[in-house]
Amino acid sequence: MENDAKRFLYVNRKAPYGTIYALESLEVVLIGAAFEQNVSLAFLDDGVFQLTKGQDTQGIGVKNFSPTYRALGDYDVNKLYVEKESLEERGLSVDDLQEITYEDEDDDWEEKPSINIVSRSEMADIMANQDVVLSF
Amino acid sequence: MSTLHTVNKSPFSTQSLVSCLGHAKDGDTVLLIEDGVYGAISQSGISDAISARATEVNLCVLQPDLEARGVDAAKVVEGVNLVDYSGFVELAAKHSLTQAWL
Amino acid sequence: MKFGVVISEGPYTHQASDSAFNFVKAAIANGHEVPRIFFYHDGVNVGTRLSVPPQDERNIQKQWTEIADENCIDLVICIAAAQRRGMLDENEANRQGKDANNIAEGFRISGLGQLIEMGIQSDRLITFGD
Repeated sequence: MENDAKRFLYVNRKAPYGTIYALESLEVVLIGAAFEQNVSLAFLDDGVFQLTKGQDTQGIGVKNFSPTYRALGDYDVNKLYVEKESLEERGLSVDDLQEITYEDEDDDWEEKPSINIVSRSEMADIMANQDVVLSF
Repeated sequence: MSTLHTVNKSPFSTQSLVSCLGHAKDGDTVLLIEDGVYGAISQSGISDAISARATEVNLCVLQPDLEARGVDAAKVVEGVNLVDYSGFVELAAKHSLTQAWL
Repeated sequence: MKFGVVISEGPYTHQASDSAFNFVKAAIANGHEVPRIFFYHDGVNVGTRLSVPPQDERNIQKQWTEIADENCIDLVICIAAAQRRGMLDENEANRQGKDANNIAEGFRISGLGQLIEMGIQSDRLITFGD
């Protein structure tokens, strides 16, 4: 990571499929990865629904983009912060989320989880500690 | 380091304002714009939650949006500051970061 | 100070592009710079030159074209979002075999990289959406 890289946070607060925000946010993340900035993703409020497993869109005729989250590690995007309170308020736990991992090049390519469950106050700290926040 | 948060939704239709207030840090500004200005009305179901944060967080409302909606400035929760677009710009300049709660 | 602005809702339905316009006007009046505005999601629809609002209403596209011309603002429409929504410039229309194009003067179509670049180069990035 270059020293002059900015800290970019992508904030996801909306559920997938009802609107296009989640999908087009993901498109920004994938393109943005090429710019070698310090990238994190935040999932809170209805944004946590983006990461649930078992999404099957065949019946609505819309592309299922949920597998793309599992590819983020290949783009060196491996800091996905999910808010614990948002999960709990929606009757979800980490077990309801997809397993998303990356291979840590600094640790002999060991496979590690990309999802970090954080408290609301930790999420507030993460949000405050950025250079650019992009909200979708 | 501090943040200007903007909220553009009525708190009576979405969680954006509540969520924003739950994440804003002391010294941040929360600016209510567009339909967000309805959150500044006193004696509403949410006004207690608003005034509870008015000491740690600088709460502001965009006056042109308030006026457009016919909300009397006298009905705004005490401690909430009125700003115009120029004030909005300077808040964005003053804080190191801007976050929109869409 | 350099402001980057993101507009992520279309004209007329949402207030986002009007709020952004008032913000940009005030920023320039206060001596700040707005080098670029990035239109994303339905915000790309702001850049159509085919809209014909009633005469007693503001013309959102024209407002942007004029303020951009006067202040050298780069109005960038996201290509991926634009293609989904039928916003094409002459080159894209030819390339896709379409019989018309609809991008207004002062706007240009480019990639999402322009959004990231704006985030890197601006002192502040502000988003207007819904």
